[in-house]
Amino acid sequence: MSISAGARSISRATRQSRPRDGFRRFVAVVATVVPAVLVLIVVNLILQARPSLQQFGLGFLTGTQWNPAVETGPFGALPGIFGTVATSLMALTLALPVGVAVSIVLAEQGQATVRGAIGIGIELLAAIPSVVYGIWALYVLAPWTYEHVEVPVSDRAASIGWLGDPAPRGLFTAALVLAVMILPTLTAISRDVIKAVPRGLRESSFALGATWWETTWKVVLPSARAGIFGATILALGRALGETIAVTMVIGNQYVIPHSIFQPAYTLAAVIANEFTEATGTIYPAALVELGLVLILVTLTVNLFAVLLVHSTSRQARLG
Amino acid sequence: MGRNSRRSLVSRLSRSVTYLLTALALIPLVLVLSFTFAKGLPSVIHPEFFFNVELPPCEPSCPAVLKAGVEHAIVGTVIMVGLAALIAIPLGVLSGIYLAEYRSSRWSTAVRLACDVLVGTPSIALGLFVYGFLVVPFHHFSAWSGSVALAILMLPIVARTAEGAIGLVPNGLRESGLALGLPRWRVSLQLIVPAAAPGVITGALLSVARAAGETAPLLFTAFGAHLLVWNPNQAMQALPLTVYKYALLPYKSLQAQAWGAALVLIVMTLGINLVSRWVLRRQIALAVQQ
Repeated sequence: MSISAGARSISRATRQSRPRDGFRRFVAVVATVVPAVLVLIVVNLILQARPSLQQFGLGFLTGTQWNPAVETGPFGALPGIFGTVATSLMALTLALPVGVAVSIVLAEQGQATVRGAIGIGIELLAAIPSVVYGIWALYVLAPWTYEHVEVPVSDRAASIGWLGDPAPRGLFTAALVLAVMILPTLTAISRDVIKAVPRGLRESSFALGATWWETTWKVVLPSARAGIFGATILALGRALGETIAVTMVIGNQYVIPHSIFQPAYTLAAVIANEFTEATGTIYPAALVELGLVLILVTLTVNLFAVLLVHSTSRQARLG
Repeated sequence: MGRNSRRSLVSRLSRSVTYLLTALALIPLVLVLSFTFAKGLPSVIHPEFFFNVELPPCEPSCPAVLKAGVEHAIVGTVIMVGLAALIAIPLGVLSGIYLAEYRSSRWSTAVRLACDVLVGTPSIALGLFVYGFLVVPFHHFSAWSGSVALAILMLPIVARTAEGAIGLVPNGLRESGLALGLPRWRVSLQLIVPAAAPGVITGALLSVARAAGETAPLLFTAFGAHLLVWNPNQAMQALPLTVYKYALLPYKSLQAQAWGAALVLIVMTLGINLVSRWVLRRQIALAVQQ
């Protein structure tokens, strides 16, 4: 460690003594493509959305109408924002306990083959294309949840409004698919931070007579809390932006539904369904503005998550 | 029941629940894979599956036979992902070199942050961006624009994995190269990158698998086509687009094609994924030997 640190300071010294490092400049310029693209995306979307931005102003965010039949709308983003946030939060609620459980199992000692297999299985979940989740959810998951979850639940809880009126496609089904899709994101980071909890901490807890559960719940998880939180936010970012699988099962109704089983719409799904057929000036611009809202929210969420994960992993390295 | 036996009971119960939840997490994987195989295989083994590229005239009575091959979609996916890889992999590897070799500089921190944020950017937004950036100025959909959208998706993945792999190369190699008086570009490109090759290749393969499965960035860029197209200046079909469009149509024959295309897609992406894993395992094995 100290040798490489020394080497690094030597190489830094040589770098400073050498005034020009053309190669460094070259790769730095190439690497600048990434932040440049990021800026370009936002600027380009703002330009494309300009007619809608001018027409509706901030009212776009709170508007509940979506009327492509008339050239000037009105267009409002609120039902799309609601659907996006609701599906993502429901997906997180479903996925978080499972993700943390998987991470706890994966971070334990021993039986490396079994744990390796589980780990690969979870990572393969991330390798399945979104559209394959979509077709599976549309033809397998949605009919099954409708018959075996939504109808029985709403029959038994008829008095609770937000559990009523089951439909074959809707918020709940979309959230279920999303939960599966964000599980690998949750698990990858949570496992690492749980693994990084010092062994001594765990062993001291056991030595004091604590049970496995008490050690996990009161010692391990609290010290991994920040990292798990970061992973959760990162997964939230993924869920907010997920398009195709959700588009296929959300039901495509541009309303704020009164029940979690009812059809709704997400920002990404509206764009995917309507953008190629949008004509005129305002309508496509309004769709791009939905994309702008989506990207600004996901950028913020991701930035927050990335900074959080970086700082916790730095702490883990130092501590 | 004593206090301690209750505590150990609670512990054993919650431990079982933890394992149960882990098993639950793997059920979707099994279900998705098994249903895709079960529903896709009958279509895939049908002789017309690949080569009949005529889109059936789907009036109310769509023919019961399979009459929309996926050959053009497979060719389109290979062309577009190939072009995207040609754009993204050189840029990504060079960015990765910058991030790894000059990690202490402030700008590389900014680039790293930008990579991590770009990875999480919704792919539909990339499609909208490339639509405004490349489709509108040229007045037509094209495979090129689809490739650019996929390349943007791949770039941060390639860069970050290359950075990770290069960071693992022992410092001694770097120093011996510099001590021999090699210029930095030769040290990086001829010593460091070859030593990190398995990791770099793994990252590139993972990004290819990811791009091959993406639908959303292609909707407004490559758009899709009904016939076999080789010219990247024209709109082009891709496998994910086939799955997406046919799955939502009310015709059983086309839905069957969608399942078949989904099977081809999943075999492709999971196959690339497993190969990349194998490559990485070899690097680790080599490192252990040394």
